Amino acid sequence: MEPVVDLRGAVALVGRFPALAGADLAVDAGEVVLLQGPNGAGKTTLLRCCAGLVPVVDGRARVLGCDLRADRRRVRRRVGLLAHASGLYDALTVEANVAFWGRASGCEPGDVDAALARMGLAGRLRSVDVGRLSAGQRRRTSLAVLLARRPELWLLDEPHAGLDQSGRDLVDRLIADASAAGVTVLLSSHELERAAAVAHRQVEVVGGHVRPVDPGPSPGSPTDPGRGSAPSGGAQGPPADAGSGSAPSGGALGRPADAGSGTGPGRDGRRPPGARIATETEPSDGEADGGDHDVA
Amino acid sequence: MWRDALLVAGKDLRIEARTRVALNQVAPFAVLVLLLFAFALDSNRLVLRDATPGLFWVAVLLSALLAVQRAFALEAVDGVPDALRLSGLRPAGIFLGKVLAVSAQLAALEVLLGLGVVVLYDAPLASPALLVAASIGATLGLAAVGCLYGILAAGQRVAQTLLPLLLLPALAPLLLAATQAWSAGVDGVASEGWRWLGLLVLFAAAYLGAGVATFGILLDDA
Repeated sequence: MEPVVDLRGAVALVGRFPALAGADLAVDAGEVVLLQGPNGAGKTTLLRCCAGLVPVVDGRARVLGCDLRADRRRVRRRVGLLAHASGLYDALTVEANVAFWGRASGCEPGDVDAALARMGLAGRLRSVDVGRLSAGQRRRTSLAVLLARRPELWLLDEPHAGLDQSGRDLVDRLIADASAAGVTVLLSSHELERAAAVAHRQVEVVGGHVRPVDPGPSPGSPTDPGRGSAPSGGAQGPPADAGSGSAPSGGALGRPADAGSGTGPGRDGRRPPGARIATETEPSDGEADGGDHDVA
Repeated sequence: MWRDALLVAGKDLRIEARTRVALNQVAPFAVLVLLLFAFALDSNRLVLRDATPGLFWVAVLLSALLAVQRAFALEAVDGVPDALRLSGLRPAGIFLGKVLAVSAQLAALEVLLGLGVVVLYDAPLASPALLVAASIGATLGLAAVGCLYGILAAGQRVAQTLLPLLLLPALAPLLLAATQAWSAGVDGVASEGWRWLGLLVLFAAAYLGAGVATFGILLDDA
């Protein structure tokens, strides 16, 4: 099966600067891959390339079966990008934001409620304007949008940034659940220990190139045999049980990728049967992110 | 596409209902423009009455600049442009949604200004059907041109000053046709006004078509 992300010698320019200077990366369905590297190494550009936001000007670049050099817009609806910016409207409530972006990608009303509940936003915070939220609560709202959209490929740029301890733990659980449901996750983080614990393998982005990293087994990592959900793919391959339906109680968080098809679900039939949002919920509002005082 | 348009228009109008920028800033600005014209020309009441159609549409046009700037300022903050690109919304649907939302706000503004010219300028409004039809055509054209140039200017650091420079020359034909149609409507010579209405409809159709066809490219570059 074709990898979900398949970059070979990919070159991408930011202005005139080659932020990706011949990047090679293959990521299979259900894999969680951590991008590490110093500031300005090209991690964010790589994620934005995979989202079809930055053009690839040379090399091969296919994501979810779509040739990014031929038509990078086709892949956009099928990926979810959690960037540094929230992508939210300050003047709308948390619920209205999640509902708008969710409906834009064809989600059902129940998906919005489920995403809010999963992110601990189902209580009083759902009717608060986003402009009045703390940074952590905005991050949770952006994650709720991601969940409601149910993309096949998650692109997470510093997903733990701005979150408190419970929020960071929640992000880790979301990633694990998504991977178990067959969703592919590419994340960049400077919190290497935490991010490495949820990743199946790591790569290093340096000077616009991608290099494999072999950190060795660490306690609690998915490659640690002591951890029940460990995939067998090791540093290169996908998890053995990805997409097998062995998701934790939360169930599916996205649509399992079918990279080979290259088309994705139709506009009106965007939701394949069975790809439902997790029902496991977080404590609402105050408990979720430091209490009411976090509303700015 | 229409589903996307209604979603975007609903979102924009909901934001407007919550922030009331059009109500608290654009509408008072439009009324102020009418008042200033009245002060400037009040010594000659006949001139003011004759100039009503032009003054009305100049007031609408200046207010439209604010409405369009506001409509695209909403989409230019905190990662929203990327979120729009990734949303799955069809670019044509986004464009039409913005046009619908701006048109709705301009229509409300025109009703207010229409009352203003009747009260302040003593304008007779002899052929209401022509006036309403011309207003609908001009409003759609104005919103279409505004949204097309609004997205062009949105990504620029000088968007606020660039937009009027781009928009005002492009709106010159619309201003001419709308003023002529309204002149006929005010004077009760409707037969002369329908030709200008045809030009307004052509203008609106051309820019709506251009927006539907190119908004995706413009959104990518914004």
